[in-house]
Amino acid sequence: MDVRLTTEQRELREAAARLADDLGPGSVIDLDDADRAARLEKAVAATGWRSLRSDGASGVEVALVVEEFARGLVDVPFLGPVLADDLQARSGAAVESVALAVGGEAVDARGLSAALRLVDNRVETTGVGEPVFGIDLTRTNAAVTDPVTAVGELAADAAQRWQALALVVTTADILGAARGAHALACDYAKVRTQYGKTIGSFQAVAHLLAESLALIEGSVSILRYAAWAVDELDPAEALRAGRFAKVYTERAARTICETSIQVHGGIGNTWECLAHVFLRRALTSGALFPVSLEEIDLGLS
Amino acid sequence: MDFRDSPEEAAFRTRLQDWLAENAKNFPTSGDEYWAKAAQWHQALYSGGFFGTSWPKAYGGQELPPVYDVIVDEELARAGAPARPSLGYLVIGLGRHGSEELRQRFLPGMINGTERWCQGFSEPGAGSDLASLTTTATLEGDHYVLNGHKIWTSYSDDADWCLVLARTDPDAPRHKGISGFIVNMHQPGIEQRPLPMISGVTKEFGQVLFDGATVPADQMVGAPGEGWKLAMTVVSHEREPSTLGFTARYGKTVRNLAARLDGEPSESLRWAAVQTEMLRLHVRRRLSEQLDGLSHGPDGSLDKLLMTWVEQSVGHASLDAGGTRDAELLGTYLYSRSQSVMGGTSQIQKNIIATRIIGLQA
Repeated sequence: MDVRLTTEQRELREAAARLADDLGPGSVIDLDDADRAARLEKAVAATGWRSLRSDGASGVEVALVVEEFARGLVDVPFLGPVLADDLQARSGAAVESVALAVGGEAVDARGLSAALRLVDNRVETTGVGEPVFGIDLTRTNAAVTDPVTAVGELAADAAQRWQALALVVTTADILGAARGAHALACDYAKVRTQYGKTIGSFQAVAHLLAESLALIEGSVSILRYAAWAVDELDPAEALRAGRFAKVYTERAARTICETSIQVHGGIGNTWECLAHVFLRRALTSGALFPVSLEEIDLGLS
Repeated sequence: MDFRDSPEEAAFRTRLQDWLAENAKNFPTSGDEYWAKAAQWHQALYSGGFFGTSWPKAYGGQELPPVYDVIVDEELARAGAPARPSLGYLVIGLGRHGSEELRQRFLPGMINGTERWCQGFSEPGAGSDLASLTTTATLEGDHYVLNGHKIWTSYSDDADWCLVLARTDPDAPRHKGISGFIVNMHQPGIEQRPLPMISGVTKEFGQVLFDGATVPADQMVGAPGEGWKLAMTVVSHEREPSTLGFTARYGKTVRNLAARLDGEPSESLRWAAVQTEMLRLHVRRRLSEQLDGLSHGPDGSLDKLLMTWVEQSVGHASLDAGGTRDAELLGTYLYSRSQSVMGGTSQIQKNIIATRIIGLQA
């Protein structure tokens, strides 16, 4: 038993973090900066990370990149294309650079014109139409359009494993967004002064931020197991690990993001503060492949 | 990365399972009954080769990787056996700050369970503000004379030895005038006054009054005035779930609650199951990180906070499962309330996290 990240995994995480810090939106205004988004798209495309799965990367590695991208609010498609890539690799469908469709929506589909989706165990390609309503300011969903074409069939095990990866990837996205919101709040608490002191020096504020950090650490631990399980455990076990990780992390992230808004005070309730952008992203990834507490079974290992 | 047992770990686990099948049934797992046989349990576990596995061979350990503790905790819980005795923080404290002579004299007995230990840090007037302690140790010839009042001295009435913090220099700044001592508990000048807990357990909350008890000067741990450093090492590890060995116990409680269910599980029980699984995996991560070397930093406060939330979520699930009609369920709930106080309150842990990890100003 040794659950440390390998050197290669740590390096991958650092590279993803650097890319997100360099080219992700540093403010709400940056979200509308098309030049920046174009540079980010070029950089992400150049990494080849959207095809991590078909290139043989593990669930752990995919989760690390997704987490760092969410922490840096990377606002070009990633989570969707990564899951579509895994679906494509499993089904042998011959399509490239596509979005992922879930039900009637192509998710995380900004700028993409085709999608792959899994219906029961059938893999289909679909068209991608007009954007639909969404709360996330960093990613856009679009309507699924014709033509819909069946391109492959997954064995039940493979479909379950893909679903486990979907839970892991969305959980990693939630965790990354929560970490971003927490970092934003900690930075603010170190510079904002009231009563002649930084607000982080008041225990009432400091304790909220300390609680958030503990929730982040717990989420990291439970997610790491689920991410490892995608490739290493029986599909049913992997799916179960993903459910536990998602339920825990989703609840943690909501508290962390709400804390970030609270620590920012009035500013935290304004559009211009990034705190709500993190919250919106976490909520969006929570609602994608949702897991409820009622789905948690009590047969603990 | 691998969450599974290596072949060596799997063999160890099998050996432990076989041993537990023979031995576990002889030992009560909780309350005063547990404490009545705690020494025997500790010694049996050690003799079987399942306790102190990660500690140096020179003092009776096996120098195995720290992850073996996870295996022990999991199998003890699965077998319904008592938890692993929690004294790792004392071993680490004495190992780090004691002289080689003291280590050789005291660590083997501490590890093999033939000598029982307690920790005399807190006082009625020195709780979270430990450095305000007023117990004095006054040098008289080749020994110190102790006077003062210690509280929350767990299991002090069973102990042979107590790691005592006492003020040796009343004129020094308050953190610098404290020294650590290894005090023999079998001597005149020591009075025991245990306090019953809200759960009814009577053994756990010791009170010790020192009135002229003595300790040889060469049983000071570290140099005069270095007691605070010792205290910080001990309490930072006292906070760690990986050191405490409690983690698997929560999973056992959740399984027991699930087994007695009549109908759908409550929301609190499902949440306790999620929390417990988180802590199981968190401990695996922390113990794996110790493969890079044991650190004595503030991360233990994060772990303690997580563990507290887990224990108290299990407590709430226990209460919801019928705690108002069942003494054992109520006991689990009431005992869980002490977790956010013992070993440093949750508020103190949050202060440590905020200032030493996040870097907020105090």
